Amino acid sequence: MSQLTIAGNTVDVNEEGYLIDTTQWTEDVAQQIAQEENIQLTDRHFEVLNYLRAKHNEGVPISIRKVGKSGVVDIKEFYKLFPGGPLKKSSRIAGIPKPVSCV
Amino acid sequence: METVLENKPVVDQQEKKPVKKVLVICARGTLEDVYAALIMANGALMEGMEAKMFFTFFGLDAITKVKSDHLHTATVGNPAFMRNLPTMIGGLPGFEALASTMMKKEMDKLDIPEVSEFLEIIDASGGEIYACKLAADMFHLNKEDLIDEVKDIITVGDMYALAEGEGSQIIFV
Repeated sequence: MSQLTIAGNTVDVNEEGYLIDTTQWTEDVAQQIAQEENIQLTDRHFEVLNYLRAKHNEGVPISIRKVGKSGVVDIKEFYKLFPGGPLKKSSRIAGIPKPVSCV
Repeated sequence: METVLENKPVVDQQEKKPVKKVLVICARGTLEDVYAALIMANGALMEGMEAKMFFTFFGLDAITKVKSDHLHTATVGNPAFMRNLPTMIGGLPGFEALASTMMKKEMDKLDIPEVSEFLEIIDASGGEIYACKLAADMFHLNKEDLIDEVKDIITVGDMYALAEGEGSQIIFV
């Protein structure tokens, strides 16, 4: 376990950089992690992140297919918003655990 | 006297060479083989790799409009399928269709899309789908017979060109 310092606050992350406690997530945390991933967050990104967080809170496992059918974003745009592994990157930025889905 | 190793062993210094790109060749038309190919290609895209798919011979069924969502799994000549089932039963009319429907239901529970939807997802994710020219000629298939996501019908030479580049791997199903 390691820690990430954001605006004076520390949040706990695992060895892969995913937040351990999702309640520690703030928009600043998202901004900082996104910067590490070389992503400049826009309102569109936050719409996706909020969707992912809502699904996670409902206990629904997330997959590319579900995101594509969410009505929030289609698969093409999802890949464009979070290039190079969208599901993993967006989950990390959204402060939820690494997805375990193979599809 | 103590010996100090000035240089670490070479093994430790070896750089990781990640897979950057995959070309998945699918030559089979059975449900499980097609899904194996689809899942590996899609999985590569999900990991941020490039992925291309090449369908040949019976694999063309997976990208043929009228067939892609009606693939079957073999109930005869497949010893791993219900091993206590006598082979003769597996050969009864309709048995293969029934077994295939049941398998698809199980996959749906796991949120695995149908073949045509899976191909749409792969296409939308930046993957590229190609058909084999020789096999298409042999089965008398034109571009119109194939699903819209098929980019082109290409030769084996063109196929190898798809796999060009560093960190590229070819997977054959």
